[in-house]
Amino acid sequence: MTKIDLETKIIDKNDRIAAQNRELLKQNNVCMINLLASPGSGKTSTIIATINALKDACKIAVIEGDIAGDVDSVTIKALGVDAVQINTRGSCHLEADMIAQALDVLDLDKLDLIIVENVGNLVCTTDFDLGEDAKVVILSVPEGDDKPIKYPGIFRESQAIIVNKIDTLSMFDFDYDKFASVVDDLNAQAPIFKIAATKGDGIENWIDWLKNKLKKQ
Amino acid sequence: MHELSLMQGIFDSVSKVAAQHNAQEVTLIELDIGEMTQVVDEALQFAFEVLQEDLPLYRNCELKVNYIPVRSKCIECEEEFEHDQFHLKCPKCGSAKTVCLAGKEMNIACIEIEDGSGTNHT
Repeated sequence: MTKIDLETKIIDKNDRIAAQNRELLKQNNVCMINLLASPGSGKTSTIIATINALKDACKIAVIEGDIAGDVDSVTIKALGVDAVQINTRGSCHLEADMIAQALDVLDLDKLDLIIVENVGNLVCTTDFDLGEDAKVVILSVPEGDDKPIKYPGIFRESQAIIVNKIDTLSMFDFDYDKFASVVDDLNAQAPIFKIAATKGDGIENWIDWLKNKLKKQ
Repeated sequence: MHELSLMQGIFDSVSKVAAQHNAQEVTLIELDIGEMTQVVDEALQFAFEVLQEDLPLYRNCELKVNYIPVRSKCIECEEEFEHDQFHLKCPKCGSAKTVCLAGKEMNIACIEIEDGSGTNHT
């Protein structure tokens, strides 16, 4: 019997491709945001609101990750924005090599911002670096204020946190102060943006944060 | 269920090393997994057993997982402290500016192989 010490990273391949993606984006001065959330939290609505607020100021493309179908990319393309659909065929998260293929299709030198809509999932998406500049998590009010307690990883690893459907707060048993207090222990440096994406409420602060990210490119 | 793709990656990496060492069999895969990752022990074991069935090189292989506790250092006061998944602030000065020293590992620590020589190299 022979023992071989390795100490190699399990997702070494993913991390290497993510680093290549990051370098490619940097060379082209493109900022990439990895948007994480559970299904139905309003990722696509948030992207639409973001496009509407930013489309005159910068060139945007969207990479849509779904297990199947092209519903979201069709919706985004209807806004006149480039969208690439990735179907993960059962996989619960996007990986860096899928993004590398999508970046191949996009005209990077004409873009300022890429928003990646990850597969709806609060767990698996957290562990895979795609080469993004920032992970951003969306939680919607109907999902409940206990999500950071149940899924701490995604709230810890995100650089910004969006609370969507804030206009429904009075209809649900969502204790915002309790939610904010748990997030403060987990990730005090991440700003929280309270928005109602479909109405455009509260979107300004989120857009200002994104513009700051773009400036730093 | 990202444990299945993680486990596939583990088998791919280990198989390359095993081939370099002319292994007849891989008898142990030992992993270091940080407690701040999203990896679930039962799901990892399940993925290991499912994939193992189709891989003759691993028919007698055992999976051992070492879970690594979380440890951080405060940038403000330089305090080093262990903590759980939920409380990341410095317990000494309360600062949120901390850097994680351990607990995010997802590493293949080591493997054991039978190389057919019949000698024990450990």
